[in-house]
Amino acid sequence: MTACFPHRITIVTGHYGTGKTEFSVNLALALAGEGERVALADLDIVNPYFRSRERRSLLEQAGIRLIATSQACSDADVPALPAELLAVLEDRSVRGVLDVGGDPSGARVLARYRPKIRGEDFQLLYLINANRPEVRTADSAVRYLRGIEAAAGLPCTGLVNNTHLCGETTPQEVREGAALAEAVSRETGIPVICHAAEARFAEQLQELALFPIELRMKKPWE
Amino acid sequence: MKREIWKGSEAIAEAAIRAGCRCFFGYPITPQNEIPEYMSLHMPQSGGVFVQAESELAAVNMVYGAAASGVRAMTSSSSPGVSLKQEGISYMAACQLPAVVVNVMRGGPGLGSIQPAQGDYFQATRGGGNGDYRTVVLAPANIQEAVDLTQEAFDIADQYRNPVVLLADGLIGQMMEPIVWKERTPRKLPEKTWAACGRGDRDHSNFITSLLIDAPSCEAHNLELAKKTAEMEKNECRWEEILMEDAELVIVAYGTPSRVAQTAAENLRRQGVKAGVFRPITVWPYPYQRLKEIAGLERVKVFLDVEMSLGQMLDDVKLAVAERKPVRFYGRCGGSIPHVSEVERAALEAWKEVM
Repeated sequence: MTACFPHRITIVTGHYGTGKTEFSVNLALALAGEGERVALADLDIVNPYFRSRERRSLLEQAGIRLIATSQACSDADVPALPAELLAVLEDRSVRGVLDVGGDPSGARVLARYRPKIRGEDFQLLYLINANRPEVRTADSAVRYLRGIEAAAGLPCTGLVNNTHLCGETTPQEVREGAALAEAVSRETGIPVICHAAEARFAEQLQELALFPIELRMKKPWE
Repeated sequence: MKREIWKGSEAIAEAAIRAGCRCFFGYPITPQNEIPEYMSLHMPQSGGVFVQAESELAAVNMVYGAAASGVRAMTSSSSPGVSLKQEGISYMAACQLPAVVVNVMRGGPGLGSIQPAQGDYFQATRGGGNGDYRTVVLAPANIQEAVDLTQEAFDIADQYRNPVVLLADGLIGQMMEPIVWKERTPRKLPEKTWAACGRGDRDHSNFITSLLIDAPSCEAHNLELAKKTAEMEKNECRWEEILMEDAELVIVAYGTPSRVAQTAAENLRRQGVKAGVFRPITVWPYPYQRLKEIAGLERVKVFLDVEMSLGQMLDDVKLAVAERKPVRFYGRCGGSIPHVSEVERAALEAWKEVM
């Protein structure tokens, strides 16, 4: 299931609301499910709510080390980066998933770790959601992608079609997202490495290289 | 219609632009920073004006100025910031200036927390500034409704020449949901002959002031405003009834807690308790009359008021229900969200009391 994520460190970037946290939590769980030692770093300094640190107990039960701003201020929006992040970058026995905040402003945190990241086996993924109005065209999606690369000082190595409508996604939405991801790929030369979609669509989307996910970042009433 | 996924704060900003808002003045505060951020990019693109003011007070007074000139104007903030804006809201109500004020509520009092809350209910519904005035207060429970009500808010403001408050809890500001941009039928609105936008061919100048130093004229002005208040009460009241057709236990909740209440009601029904949800959409004017009717139904045994505050709307529920049926309360505060299971438990306790 995780064959398209062969690198030790996976860096997850994208425009706000493309579903980076949902994807990151699912990827960490999938890697842990395959027996890997996994650390998930919540580097979101942009959003005040709906961050992977809110799924601490789920992740820790799966044996995943969650690295986030110190727990004492997990409800704050101070741009404080966890010092423990270096452990993921330096400990080569750990598979790291870096859940980065949205947009170039969120990706800026990566610049600080650029020299370290460059020395490691990493992939930097750019998530695409065709239902987000600011990145629904190939041109606008590429603009954000280039902005993120510039802010991070790191090249994007793969595209992920993560098109969703929260709990109301349909296979057709995912297919439309696949077309957008291909268009971005043609324009940039960056490969589409997978299509993340709820596992319940696996049968209907057999034509796509699917990374099946379960919705973990639910709202309080769901 | 194509569905898109929007974050609440961005959607509110875009909805305002589509409603013809041409001036936005704000000052950053979590959890609504995406409103000014979105406005800073998109308002100039749509031919409007965005200013990040030096303070909340400056921002609301810029809205006062823009509204006085007859253009659609808005400001947004979160709880402590909205407290600072109260002076401007009172002045706009006094001067009969239409404007939209968005409050994406967070935990209070004081600076509080940045997590979602509803502790500004009293402030919003009772008039947080000085003097006798009221504002229509719209409380969306999902992003689609936040979009629709934001657009409607500008029409309501223009129709009554009065500020309108969009009262959203932090979850509305921060969560993402699919929405569609609907075709709107705008209200038929009076021309802004009162606007201070240059004398032109008029035989008089338009003055905008709230200073009426002579007591009888100040009283007469207040009585004129009160007539509008009565009109707003008569025309603008909105609510939604969910699973209410046969409900015996009624959970009253507004904003996102109504969605927690709905899930709880569905679970309670599976346990044999006929639960329903009464959701005020306007918290001023409050749907007293309808709630009173429901309280009078024989099948309805008990009410449970659920809030992300410590019993503010409870006063209104009690005013409506009076002594007809027992009213119980469950609330979380300071930025904590009530869990579905907690609401269920509180409902079952209330149910046991009356059974």
